Amino acid sequence: MWDDYQSPGCWDELLVDGEPRDACDGVVRYLMSLGDELGARQEAAELAIRSMGITFTVYSEATNIDRAWPFDVIPRVISTQEWERISRGLVQRLTALNLFVDDLYGAGKVVADGVLPAEVLATSVNYRPECEGVRPPQGVWAHICGSDLVRDADGTMYVLEDNLRVPSGVSYMLENRQVTKRVFADLFRDLDIHPVDSYPNKLAGLLAALSPRPGDSPVIAVLTPGVYNSAYFEHASLAQQMGAHLVEGKDLVVDGDDCVYLRTVDGLVRVDVIYRRVDDLFLDPEVFRADSTLGVRGLMRAWRAGNVALANAPGVGVADDKVVYSYVPALIRYYLDEDPLIPNVPTLLCADDSDRARVLSHLDEMVVKPADGSGGYGVFVGSTATADMKDDVRRRVEANPRSYIAQPIIRLSTAPTLCDGRIAPRHLDLRPFILSGEQPYVTQGGLTRVALNEGSLVVNSSQGGGSKDTWVIDPSVSAPPRHPHEGHSQS
Amino acid sequence: MLLSRVAESVYWAARYLERAEATARLVHVHTELFLDLPKAAGIGWTPLLALTGSGEAFRDRHHEVSEEQVVDFLATGADHDGAIVASIARAHANLRVTQAILPIEAWEVLNELHYWVNQTRNQAVDRRTRLAWTNQLIRQCQLLSGLLEGTMSHDDAYAFLEIGRGLERADMTTRILDVQAGILLGQRDDVSAYADLTWMGVLRSLSAHQMFRRTVGSSVSGPAALRFLLRDPQLPRSVERCLIEISRALLELSRHHQPMAACAAIQQLLERADHDSPDGEGPTATALHEYSNRLQDGFAALHELLVATYFQMKPSTSTVLLPV
Repeated sequence: MWDDYQSPGCWDELLVDGEPRDACDGVVRYLMSLGDELGARQEAAELAIRSMGITFTVYSEATNIDRAWPFDVIPRVISTQEWERISRGLVQRLTALNLFVDDLYGAGKVVADGVLPAEVLATSVNYRPECEGVRPPQGVWAHICGSDLVRDADGTMYVLEDNLRVPSGVSYMLENRQVTKRVFADLFRDLDIHPVDSYPNKLAGLLAALSPRPGDSPVIAVLTPGVYNSAYFEHASLAQQMGAHLVEGKDLVVDGDDCVYLRTVDGLVRVDVIYRRVDDLFLDPEVFRADSTLGVRGLMRAWRAGNVALANAPGVGVADDKVVYSYVPALIRYYLDEDPLIPNVPTLLCADDSDRARVLSHLDEMVVKPADGSGGYGVFVGSTATADMKDDVRRRVEANPRSYIAQPIIRLSTAPTLCDGRIAPRHLDLRPFILSGEQPYVTQGGLTRVALNEGSLVVNSSQGGGSKDTWVIDPSVSAPPRHPHEGHSQS
Repeated sequence: MLLSRVAESVYWAARYLERAEATARLVHVHTELFLDLPKAAGIGWTPLLALTGSGEAFRDRHHEVSEEQVVDFLATGADHDGAIVASIARAHANLRVTQAILPIEAWEVLNELHYWVNQTRNQAVDRRTRLAWTNQLIRQCQLLSGLLEGTMSHDDAYAFLEIGRGLERADMTTRILDVQAGILLGQRDDVSAYADLTWMGVLRSLSAHQMFRRTVGSSVSGPAALRFLLRDPQLPRSVERCLIEISRALLELSRHHQPMAACAAIQQLLERADHDSPDGEGPTATALHEYSNRLQDGFAALHELLVATYFQMKPSTSTVLLPV
């Protein structure tokens, strides 16, 4: 199964010239020794996913809203040493981004000092004037961030984008680990795979520390748009694991005292902290979209008065605008006086005349993205685009240059993936999650997303993407695993 | 601390699960009865429709009532509340929004059950596979009840689970009595040789036959069976027992005065029932029908009070600020 495996000129996460990479040695030898049984393990994984009810939701399917989570049983491996480096880079990045947002809605020095052009801010669709002058606890706006990392053919890891608004995927990271522990129980015994399970606990601690009523055991709620949201499974699962209340907008009410209350069978109960998974514009019909039924009337009033903490804070999306993204290395230097530890993907701003000219003359080599998009929607990939698609993107960019950025096509790294019974290279990325509380925390690895279609670079689960478990392994301490069919010694 | 919305979902999930199980029991017992009795006994499938209160919905769509049509309708009919597959789907949908408070083991069982009923729905109709199918369904429902009982904290959410289950059980018991017993009592003068067999069927469909033998001791007769299914304080599916369970669960909740009063009103109806049959032969079919309707009105009133008290509270009128 493994003999003719070959990555198509990309960096492969597990193999180099048919041999396992350093940290992957034990894993790869074990997987190879399974032979055809690997298929049975894949089936066992799918069965586990079904019975654990791990699903995601596709927007367009009105009747069949749940789909089993697509999962590939072959894990992606990262060495402890590399992860250590990446973690520091992510914390550095988030520290700068939080200082940036706090500055933007406060003194505005970053614009006054000419680091960020005023017109970028003026044209940002995610800047919320309603947040000006608010000082959230600890000056943190982006408490939870999911940044996407990609690796180019030469092995360099880049940050592709930061998701600061309502990043999703962390529960799938947790569930993937539950699945691989069921399916590869024998392997976990032998390899030193870093656990990921502490995330819900760290998140619960972070949220509790934001409570406006310190000393109490705070009432924490996860605000979900509801069961039809694509990430509903995650909202429910995180609430469950944190012991928080999973609430919808209609479960909450803001009373005359500008405090937020839960409607319970005992009456109204005050809420201290809301981990909101509802987008800014739907949070409060009093301030934002008046037709929103997902939010809570008066929530912004309560937040501005300091009576409830919101994570992530409203307005934080200004920093995951993809135009602002191109300034992040400069922001790190400006706020921290440090060099960025993880590079950005080189980014061309279509609003800039010379950049735009270059983008439009090299469309074949470019990925063009909406500046304020997420979920992989509206992304143009030049290498696979038809002439019509190129005309279309050209028109859109010329009509609205500020709304688009372009990046060279990164030849995303690959990993062996089980496809129709054989092992084939598939492209992947990685979404680690960063918590910015009193102590910063980065997940061990993160959610590896894999494009299941051959040659595809789009990893989003809504568009044919699947996922893999991500194992951070220290190659220096892991014992070589036993062959799965060897029994324990009889001595 | 339990969200009103979550309480309502748990309550409905419990009702739908109970409805699915009770319907499976009916189909199961009636199939056995149908196989046992000679054609001359005149046991058809029409009464079954009335038992689940879905006769109207069925007649809207079908002219002739065949065994397959009836069973298909009761087990897999997609567009009415009583069908087994639909009930499981609704229970699943309701508990899905309350996953955060549900033990994971129970959620997994419900997932498997939901998946299983959809995969095997054809086996419900075919007479050769039907009994195994209903058995499996009943067992899975029981497994779920047991898991919830043994793994979920017996908190407010569990109280709503018990209330939903108790109310649906009581309701299904009266539906069975209302129609089936009504028809049988109407035929009392025919001295049907099979009356005792059909009454045993009624007891069996409520898992009460064995317990009747143990508790009452006498042979099965209409009035004795009726009294047992309405008033026995220990039989899990008797109306009296269901009301006891509901009252106990209500006592765990705050602000239970009105729902408790509604429970007590139904219990009074039950007590008066004995005086209705001084001759010892049980009430006439009409009296029984009216009496069952009164009980069901009582259940509906209790349901409305639960909704008003716990599920749809208006913030302006019920502000209770709890110290947390």
